[in-house]
Parts: sequence; C-alpha cells; structure tokens
Amino acid sequence: MAQQFNTGYWAKDIVSSEEHKEYNILNVGPTHPATHGVFQNVMLMDGEFIVETEQTIGYIHRAFEKIAERRPFYQITPLTDRLNYCSSPLNNMGWHMTVEKLLGIETSKRVDYLRIIVMELARIADHLICNSVIGVDSGALTGFTYLFQSREFIYEIYEEICGSRLTTNMGRIGGFERNFSDKAWDKIRYFLKTYPAHLQEFENLLSRNRIFMDRTINVGAFPADRALAYGFTGPNLRACGVDYDVRVMNPYCSYEDFDFIIPIGQNGDTYDRFMVRQEEMKQSLHIIQQALDKLDKIPDKETFYAADPRFVLPPKEKVYNNMEALIWHFKIVMGETDIPVGEVYHSIEAANGELGFYLVSDGGRTPSRLHFRRPCFIYYQAYPEMVTGNMLSDAVLTMSSMNVIAGELDA
Amino acid sequence: MYRFNPYRDQLVIQKLSDHFPDVVQFHERSSDMLCVTVGNEFIHDLLLFLRNDADLQFNFLTTLCGMHYPETNQLGVVYHLHSFVNNHRIRIKTATDQEQATVPTITTIWPAANWMEREAYDFFGIIFDGHPNLKRILNMDDMTDFPLRKDFPLEDQTREDKDDSMFGR
Amino acid sequence: MSDKQIINPDIVESPEGISGQGFFATSFEKAVGLARKNSLWPLPFATSCCGIEFMATMGSHYDLARFGSERLSFSPRQSDLLMVMGTVAKKMGPVLREVYIQMAEPKWVIAVGACASSGGIFDTYSVLQGIDRIIPVDVFVPGCPPRPEQIINGILKIQELVGNESLRRRNSKEYNEMMKHYQME
Repeated sequence: MAQQFNTGYWAKDIVSSEEHKEYNILNVGPTHPATHGVFQNVMLMDGEFIVETEQTIGYIHRAFEKIAERRPFYQITPLTDRLNYCSSPLNNMGWHMTVEKLLGIETSKRVDYLRIIVMELARIADHLICNSVIGVDSGALTGFTYLFQSREFIYEIYEEICGSRLTTNMGRIGGFERNFSDKAWDKIRYFLKTYPAHLQEFENLLSRNRIFMDRTINVGAFPADRALAYGFTGPNLRACGVDYDVRVMNPYCSYEDFDFIIPIGQNGDTYDRFMVRQEEMKQSLHIIQQALDKLDKIPDKETFYAADPRFVLPPKEKVYNNMEALIWHFKIVMGETDIPVGEVYHSIEAANGELGFYLVSDGGRTPSRLHFRRPCFIYYQAYPEMVTGNMLSDAVLTMSSMNVIAGELDA
Repeated sequence: MYRFNPYRDQLVIQKLSDHFPDVVQFHERSSDMLCVTVGNEFIHDLLLFLRNDADLQFNFLTTLCGMHYPETNQLGVVYHLHSFVNNHRIRIKTATDQEQATVPTITTIWPAANWMEREAYDFFGIIFDGHPNLKRILNMDDMTDFPLRKDFPLEDQTREDKDDSMFGR
Repeated sequence: MSDKQIINPDIVESPEGISGQGFFATSFEKAVGLARKNSLWPLPFATSCCGIEFMATMGSHYDLARFGSERLSFSPRQSDLLMVMGTVAKKMGPVLREVYIQMAEPKWVIAVGACASSGGIFDTYSVLQGIDRIIPVDVFVPGCPPRPEQIINGILKIQELVGNESLRRRNSKEYNEMMKHYQME
C-alpha cells in the first residue's frame, strides 16, 4: 500500500512490475552527511526505490540514565543540555520543572514568563535548524547560511542571560540564576522586530518554490492513526493532523495565560512538517511578544526565582562573605537538602515532541531512577515504514524533516 | 503540568476492579497520577483493555521504561499511558524476578513499544515474550552485562590520564 | 591606514626565500607547506553538540571559508583533515578508525570538544575516553562545546603544523613507530 501512496505518479509502472525488480543492498551511514548525525540504515534497494530498511542506532550512546543515578539534581542539568542540543534551554527548564514538581515548589508568574520567553526562543532556534537543513538536503544552501545568522542572534541572547551559547545549563531549580540584564531585554526586543522579516524571506525562498514543492509534497507521508500508534509527538504528529500539544493539553509554566494557535497539517508529509514548523516559529514569536506585554504589567521587576529558600542558591556575594550562606550553598549543590520520597512524571513540549522526565526519588541525594521520554527515540522507529516504497533521495528529505537529533535519540 | 482528575481516576479504579478482580493494586495519591500495580502475566490484557475500553480510551503509550529493585531482587517495567480523548494519564507498574525476568510484549498493541522494550532489554535484561526483534539497541551487541542494573559500575574501567610527553612537539 | 601597510588579505605571505628579477627561490618543503596549509579539506565527523557549533563555524557569521577550508569533503579519500566533533562511543570507535584509515596521506586530525579529547563529562562504560586511544590526534580543542572562535583557533594551529611539517615526517622512524602503536601500518 505504502508504495502506491508514496511514489510519484510517473514511477508507478516501474515499481509495480515484478520482473523488473533487481535487488541490492545499500548501507547509508553512520557517517553519511545525509544522515546528519549518526544513524545507520541498511537498505534493500530495488533500483532507486527502497524495499526494506534496517536501522542501527546507539552510535553516541552516553548512558545518561546511568549517569543521572549518580548525580545530585543540580548536576543533571548539564546532561539535559546534551539531549537535544539544538534547544538546550527547553530541556533545562523541563528538568527544573520536574524537580519543582517533586519538591512542591511554586514559581511566581514572572519566573514563568521569563521561562516562556527562553523556551520559545529555544523552540525557534531548533525549528530554524531543522527547516534550513531541509533546504540544504534538497539542494538549497542559501536558506541555511542566511537563517543561521538569526540563530547566532539567539545565541547572543542566551549569552546575555546565562553566559553560554549552545549547551546553556540555564536556570536553577525554582527560577533563574540571575535577573535578565537590560541588554538581554534590548536584544529580545530587537530579535522580535527583525526576525519575522528574515523568516518570511526564508519562507518565500522555499514554500511556493516549484522544485521544493515537488521534492517534498507527498514525500514521507504518514497517516495520523499510524503516527499515534508509533508514539509521534510534536510537529511531526501535528503535521499528520492531530492537534496534540502538551502546552495546551497539560499546561505547565503558565502557558494557559497565552493565546496561540497550534498549526496542523493534513498529509503528514515532508512539506507539512516544514510548514508546521514555519508556523510554529511565528506562533512562538507571538507568545514571546505576549510574555513581554504581560511582564510589563507586573510591577515586580526583581523576582527571578521562587520564594523557596530551601533549593534556591544564595547570591554569590553572600556566599563569599557569609559563613552561613556558604554552608547553605554547599548543602544545596552537594544535594544535602531534604528530598521527598516519591515519583513524578513531568512532560513539556520540547522542540520535537513531548519530552518527559520520569523521576523516582528514594529520598537520597541522587535520583533512584530517571527516565527520559525522548521524542526522537520513539518516532524514529517509524522511519522504515515511512520510507518504504520511496526513492532514496526522498528518504534523505524525510529524515531531515523528522528532525531526528542524535543526542536525544541515543541518550 | 498534569493535574489529578479524581472523577476519571475513580472510573479507572472501578472498571479495573470489575474486570481484573484481585490482581490489580491501586496507589491513588502516592504520586502525581493514578498508579496501578499488576502482576506481569496480566499486563498485556490490562493494557489492551485500557486502550479498547470505550470510556477510558488510553490510546497513547507515552513511555515505557525498565526498573531495578535490588532490595527485593526484582526487575520492573513502568508504563505511562495517556488518553488524548479524556486528557487523562495513568502509570502502570509490573515487576518480575531478576533471574527470570519475563514480561509479555505489548508491541502488538502499540508498535511504538518496539524500541522501548528493546531499550529495557538492553539496560536491564528484561525478556519481552513475543517481541519480534529483541536484541540490544543502544549498546554494542557483544556486551554481556545489563548496564542499568544497580550493581553495574558507571565509570569506564579503562580510563587513564593523558600522557602529555608528546605535547609541544 | 598607512600606505606601506596595505596587504591584500586574499594573498598569504610568501615564505622566506631569495627573490630577484622574475624569480623567487625557496625550499620545496616551504612551498608545499604553504600550499597544503591554505587548502585543507576537512572531513567533519560530527556526532553531537560540537557538530552544531561547527555548523555555526561554517555559517555566514564565523565563516571558516576565510581559512581555505570551505570545501567540506564527506568522502575520506579526498580529505586532509579529520575533524572529530562530539562524543565518540565505543560502538562508534571502529567506524572512526575505518574513516581514518581510508584517508590518504598526508592527513591530520583535530579533536574538537572535551568528549572527543578525553570523554569529557561522560566517564561512562559506553563512551570512548578520548579518540587518541584509537587514532593519532594532532590538535585538541577544549570546551564543551568550544566556541567557534576556539574551533577556528584549532584550525589555525593545524595550519601551523601543516605549514611547518617536514616532507620526510611521514617516513620517519618516530612516525612509523606511532602508527605501529596504533596498529596501523
């Protein structure tokens, strides 16, 4: 069935005639540029068409879940950075919120809005890479080099907020490590002003481009029921036409205060995934604008962490000059504070789906078990079904449009 | 953030006690969502029932992960289900002996469980009965240990400090 | 800008030698080094986070093309510089070794990031504790991930090595012993 659905109209005669089939085996990856990352696919090919695919993953397996059992809560944040490294802040915030859920820390609205600004910036940064790489894989490098400048600007905003570019290790349990500087606010506002034009220009390059449309429409299409059975989440599921978004379904971090649209596609093909991500970037800009407006209405400009002294690090000046503050800082960092026994599952809408943290605490300084629900890992297993019957060049585009991040896949 | 839905929780408890009497234990408020413990021989039927029941409709397998309980010498599997229709989440736990850890597969219910079960096998050595392709997924094929068991050391045993005699050549 | 100091940025400085009317004489080694160092074809072996930072380095903002390395070669047979960026797991180790063996001499290796250099924060059973355990490495770039400036600095260091490398180095006893140590002959 998949064959008839996926291949171009002109190719049907070739594929369907049995006597013309000639099989050979092709190994793609793990260092092939088209897999951008480290995936291996051994494909049984009939000419240009894929008959069967066998996947091998685990080429950068780093044993996150094992490391997490040996690290205090604060030291797990750097691990989450390296899950989906295209949007590290999202993972950081997700992890902090999981711990807050376990500890029962309530954050104020201002902290929530600050987090939302950072999270939506990270979502833009992630979608931006994914979409421009779709362009690269279909042969249009221009969009990539052009849009990457905007990503550099997001990096600059990160640097103003936390001092780091890619693996941000941003925030603390209960909020942020410091208030946003004035320069950070200026940069966020500047980004909001300039980015829509850049994005539109990028979209004009591709979205109605005849070549791009022919390469992507009906390529790697996946029906919604199969997508649900395969555990798709995020833009890939929405491209199939299911409007599941954790931000709306189980609002966290005051997302219920915001007004935004969940874009959905129809066919779940590469073009739909591309367009859903494009629209999500615009919605993210919209959310950031709303957050800025809401923050203007909050008279308090100083709160950037939860008013819970048990898990919030004291300011550095006090740590260096005050014995009690030093002890307090030490206890929190070394995980000597009281952690309740219990288990929580918290999920956020990360850039490519529902990123879940299943945290089991036995009261010790480290988690007894921490399981990451990594969206890539779950939906990448549908890849053979998506590309069977397609041409090899379409399989490349399908993979790049699925936004499979190796770090998240292999943990 | 997912919040309790007491009405839905009660409905699940009632339905499950009707259909699976005496084999299901409930831990209502022990955590952030309704938690159900069931023996490993019933897990497949229970999940199938939860998915197909017209009122419950747990249509989405959020995640599946293995667990190790060294104090009781047991291995466990934890399933998180999500009903998109009712926006209701549920956690289901099962446990087996460490020596003969066998759990029926649920790949027939959700194909998404395929890799998650392989991962649980890779990490903990839980055998999923009826799994189409149960082999290691993240670690190397020739590995014999199950690394996420608590008795396995985390660190690379062969790590050594750099020899810097060749620097600055 | 003073009149004397105008240097064409597109032209590298010539090596020391004797020049006269219509000729320029220098040693063969220097000429070859000059040519090699300014036309390195990198093979990006990007596995994780550092790969994204490498994308930034190749992007319009930092523009690695300024250093003669804009031609990325994904085929090991046509590349001079193996850039290993990101964690290399033990499962990946044989692949990396194979890629290195397939590269034609002369070849150089740069390990970008803490993971490639030493395993970084991942001191775990599944991660190779530094790629210098399986292939010889010329330059290590620290950082997790290193900033693009650092990666560019690493490239400049490699260029320094390449430019000053003796033509006989690859035949020397030390080099052969090192390759024997890595079991590549």
